[in-house]
Amino acid sequence: MPEKPVAKPAFSFPWLAVVSVLLFGFMYLPILVLAFYSFNDSRYSTGWKGFTWKWYVAFLNDSRILTALANSLIVAFFAVGIAAVIGTLMAVGLSRYRFPGKRVYQGVAYLPLIIPDIAIAVATLVFLAAVAIPASGGLIQLSLGTIISAHVVFCLSYIAIVVSTRLTNLNPHLEEAALDLGATPSQALVQVLLPELTPAIISGCLLAFVLSLDDFLIASFTAGGGSSTLPMEIFSRIRTGVKPDINALSVILILSTGFLFALAEYLRYRGEQKRLGN
Amino acid sequence: MTNPSHPIANQPDSQVKPTWLQPLLMLAPAGVWLALLLVVPTLLIFELSLVPGIRPGQVVNPSGLDNYLRIVQPDYFPVLGRSLFFSIGTTLACLILGFPVAYWIALKVPHRWQNLVLLGFVLPLWTSSLLRSYAWITILRPTGVLNTILSKIGIPPLDILNRESAVLIGMTYSMLPYMVLILYAALEKLDRQLLEAASDLGATPPQAFWKVTVPQSLTGIAAGSLLVFITSMGDFVNPEILGGASSMTVARLIYNQFLGATQNWGFGSALSMVLILVVSIAIALLLKYGDRSAAGGV
Repeated sequence: MPEKPVAKPAFSFPWLAVVSVLLFGFMYLPILVLAFYSFNDSRYSTGWKGFTWKWYVAFLNDSRILTALANSLIVAFFAVGIAAVIGTLMAVGLSRYRFPGKRVYQGVAYLPLIIPDIAIAVATLVFLAAVAIPASGGLIQLSLGTIISAHVVFCLSYIAIVVSTRLTNLNPHLEEAALDLGATPSQALVQVLLPELTPAIISGCLLAFVLSLDDFLIASFTAGGGSSTLPMEIFSRIRTGVKPDINALSVILILSTGFLFALAEYLRYRGEQKRLGN
Repeated sequence: MTNPSHPIANQPDSQVKPTWLQPLLMLAPAGVWLALLLVVPTLLIFELSLVPGIRPGQVVNPSGLDNYLRIVQPDYFPVLGRSLFFSIGTTLACLILGFPVAYWIALKVPHRWQNLVLLGFVLPLWTSSLLRSYAWITILRPTGVLNTILSKIGIPPLDILNRESAVLIGMTYSMLPYMVLILYAALEKLDRQLLEAASDLGATPPQAFWKVTVPQSLTGIAAGSLLVFITSMGDFVNPEILGGASSMTVARLIYNQFLGATQNWGFGSALSMVLILVVSIAIALLLKYGDRSAAGGV
């Protein structure tokens, strides 16, 4: 394939580049606006009234938002941890075994990637309230635990799809060689396959982590009264009006998720380079 | 995105001797989790959707299609219509805006920079969806950024926030990166020699575009459109935050049946089933016409 565009492409007019650059601007405009106002020393003004850190200070002293942030991190950490183990096992199992009902299993496993969050949220709430809580005699209650169990469902799908993509690109003879050399199947899995899959598992986990941190609907349906996650707290604040400390929070969140995303992409890129090098 | 079975290439099945134990250990944990928290709940809301006027804690006793008939009554039918309007509008806007960007990245940007440019375009996708919507309030509100700029150049202020146009802007903004990703995946595979041939044979650039580029990227266009449509149908955040009271959609209506003042679980379940049905039809079309790698392009 030629490195450079062909000499006579269909549209050689600069408007294509102009439109693209304008749309890049469109994509970054809201983020720049948030950043701008997070440093603006006025609560209501649209214009620039001087530089300030006070919204960041207000955010750092806001115990409700910090509690919500801690809740979100706890949920994401446990949901992703559980999903990483069972999702990876599922992806490897699905790539390896044939069994009756496999297509149905696969269809269900990747369903959360497409079914709207609101439908998953509703179904989970109905299940928990109508079945799980009465059946357990009230032992299960809507709490961080129920959010985690609901988040595992979609984290599982995302991690499994990233891992299974990697599995299709893997050299199948490595594991065979290990088995031929006398490794037990579980040794081959842990010592040969797992290291090969690690970059994919990590980038799948980062993806799931970001999605879990961002989830508003499923968390609000499964949280119950006591505990709220960061998106729930942000939502209730947005409903009560525009506040500059939310701008500060946005900038912090955008920087950290941007960092996580860059890390995920870097790991994926390095994994691919490694594979090409093999 | 179902993943059709992909047995590891070149691996004879006899090499792996599946006893029942190993597959069970690998597939059962996720299977049980999915069954308990996805399959059973979905079946349950289907059962619940057949019960009119049910409230939390009531006994499930299926009796009819009242909840479904309620959706098509004049009070609620416009809501379904508005959801479809938002989704189709967003899909068209993303297609019109996304195509030039994807085309530019795939065919104009030097190959080694393509991934980086694409990454730059989709990066905002990874920030909180609530906060991105909230940012549009700051831009679109009556005394916001947009109207401040408009007044500086002498154009009368626009009253966009809490109207349908604000929802369309917010949704288009949210979905555009998905569309560009999928269109890029399709356009990158474009056979450039065909474009050259077309122009050598005397086709004008617009002719070459409509007769060569568009037909070759049709699977990407279909996959991208359906994905954006599906995601828009279920979008709650943009209509809720940017749309005001007038922009009631199916997702918002469902939310109100459970967490709002209305508290009608049966009706909410019926609405969810309709939403799942609409999305399933779209997925069936996607699987039939869409390219699998493009569909999984995220």
